Amino acid sequence: MRHTISVHVENKPGALMRVSSMFARRGFNIESLAVGPTERPDVSRITMRVDCEQHSLEQIEKQMHKLVNVLRVTELEPGESVERELALIKVAALPEKRAELMALADVFHARVADLGADAMIFEVVGTPEDIDSFEELVRPHGVKELVRTGRVGLSRASIRRDASRRQHVLR
Amino acid sequence: MAKMLGSDAILRALEAEGVDVCFGIPGGAILPIYDAFARGATVRHVLARHEQGAGHMAEGYARASGKVGVAMATSGPGATNLVTAIADAWMDSTPLVCVTGQVRTHLIGTDAFQECDITGITIPIVKHSWLVQHVEEIPHVMKAAFHIARTGRCGPVLVDVPRDIQEAAIDFEYPDEVSLPGWKPPKRGHPKQIKEAAKAIAGAEKPVLYVGGGTMNGDACAELRELAELWRLPVITTLMGKGAFPESHELHYGWPGMHGPKWSNWAMNKSDLLVAVGSRFDDRVTGKLSAFAPGATVVHLDIDAAEIGKLRDADIPVVGPLKQVLADIVSELRRLQDEGASPRTEPWLRQIADWRDEFPLRYSRKGDFLKPQTVVETLQALTAGRDDVVWTTGVGQHQMWAMQYLRCERPRTFITSGGLGTMGYGLPAAVGAKAARPDATVVCVDGDGCFQMTCQELATAVLEDLPIVVVIVNNGYLGMVQQWQNMFFDDRLSQVHLTHQVPEYSQLAEAYGAAGFTVSSEDEVESVLEEALTCGRTAVVDARVDPREQCFPMIPAGAAALDMIEFSEEEAVEA
Repeated sequence: MRHTISVHVENKPGALMRVSSMFARRGFNIESLAVGPTERPDVSRITMRVDCEQHSLEQIEKQMHKLVNVLRVTELEPGESVERELALIKVAALPEKRAELMALADVFHARVADLGADAMIFEVVGTPEDIDSFEELVRPHGVKELVRTGRVGLSRASIRRDASRRQHVLR
Repeated sequence: MAKMLGSDAILRALEAEGVDVCFGIPGGAILPIYDAFARGATVRHVLARHEQGAGHMAEGYARASGKVGVAMATSGPGATNLVTAIADAWMDSTPLVCVTGQVRTHLIGTDAFQECDITGITIPIVKHSWLVQHVEEIPHVMKAAFHIARTGRCGPVLVDVPRDIQEAAIDFEYPDEVSLPGWKPPKRGHPKQIKEAAKAIAGAEKPVLYVGGGTMNGDACAELRELAELWRLPVITTLMGKGAFPESHELHYGWPGMHGPKWSNWAMNKSDLLVAVGSRFDDRVTGKLSAFAPGATVVHLDIDAAEIGKLRDADIPVVGPLKQVLADIVSELRRLQDEGASPRTEPWLRQIADWRDEFPLRYSRKGDFLKPQTVVETLQALTAGRDDVVWTTGVGQHQMWAMQYLRCERPRTFITSGGLGTMGYGLPAAVGAKAARPDATVVCVDGDGCFQMTCQELATAVLEDLPIVVVIVNNGYLGMVQQWQNMFFDDRLSQVHLTHQVPEYSQLAEAYGAAGFTVSSEDEVESVLEEALTCGRTAVVDARVDPREQCFPMIPAGAAALDMIEFSEEEAVEA
């Protein structure tokens, strides 16, 4: 089963490496990973997507808690969180195909980030599933290059979360 | 505040942490720190002959004293030579602070002479590490290093200090406390879980206390004894837990695992309640995990939440400092006792004792050779009743015989490499233990293979006046590998024969300025060992033993613990 884990780490050299090294060493696989600053300059946030059993997820959380740079580990549960991803997709687009692609893009609120003689770059932001769908739809036109940021997420503002709820029961 | 150099600040920090001795070897990138030693420090520096030796000495020191061990090395090869010791300390939860020199800041990343990314290399095997970027960080980093090494689950940390930072000036003030927002080891076990644990213990008919090294790291041996005696609980100590509970005590029932006696393994596996105390269900203990103690409810007491459910699901986990957790379980059991509960374990204790009588440790003294077990038994007999003996071992057959035949009555008197299984650990660990316990007779029960991996540290023992006794159980083989090739590869011996006589160990000892002894007969073994133990200087005994003696009983790798292979000869003598 897939899980999204949000990790607050101290903004210090090597923090990301310690987290990713722990995954590698314990044999856990990371599907996607995004890292960036937060509302606090001394804290970074890592959002990770992992595919593992519940038992392994608990091990991951507990092993991460042992890392000195890790401040908080929470699971972002579907339905209780907002998850977004950004993708840039360079699609083959001869002039006669542009209109059709633009129409597709419109449905997904994708923006044209760049336009060339025979290709265009779409910038699409949405749930990872939305991006999957958009990618599927433009693929027949010929995807030349594609890059995704990996998902980032926050727990919903509309749900009052007990801060300790997803902290492991043993902590 | 005092003006000083970064190098001085490192030593002042060691002094502030109460470090009385550290172990290391100088080199280019750590010259300023060694110059600070030359300019004066209260910390004694023991000069090793190889950084791995320095690392194991620091480990031996830490394990014998309960304090943090300190090892120092220069950049590059000096630092990488420490890696085995750091990995060993990681696996066995030994508190260690390693200080390494690094090339100057502006050279980092340029493949400079003796540059090596040691913080990167050691990330998977340290609790935490620092590459010091500014001289002002030194007090905070050193304080944090010691704090992290010894709090929570103990373990190694590394501080890498570029040479220009050692040479920079600092206004030094050592902090009393350090703020580490991401390091919050548990302070107390949960009261509800403790009540549950006590209730389970109170109701158990066939309980076992499965005691690991965490009990010693948690300074909880007295509380453990109180618990065992209050509720008449049999205690089984792992290799790392050996000495946490007196082995002459009527409630001590041996050691679990691959070469543990049958009675101990049967007790673990047929128990109805397994109380894991600072132990981690290692594969060498459990054998085939899915078949391990199938009928047991598991109470798991540990300071490290990540050990709970890592391998075996715990029915009642308690995460907290073992000293407090065990004390609170005892209080709760007393309360239950006042309500009328009482221990119900006597039939179970008799059952385990019956198994012990029925399946004792056995070996045969037949044949032309001195038996390795006899050597260890003689050492035990010569030191019985003494409270000033500390044992260390290497890794392999001799280590297992040491576990089986030595009796440790006190914590921190059996120092061995458990998790990593580091051959060569014993001799330098003995030097470190001697530095921690100058009053004690420190004896390394070693193998001939192990001895040859770190024997250069005999020079350290001799010249630093840290006399140790090394007893080489010399079977002329990499004995444990030989045993596996014998048992599981149709005795096709492959690259395991070292020979009894190369090197001539007693001559090698003499060359290092130590006393050398050789013994190969049962008649002389006692007198030779006694002479070595009492000679008052570093001594090496080359005990030439049966090259093909195998260590029994044995749970083959991957087999269920109940399917032990025992020593089968008719004329075996009982230990």
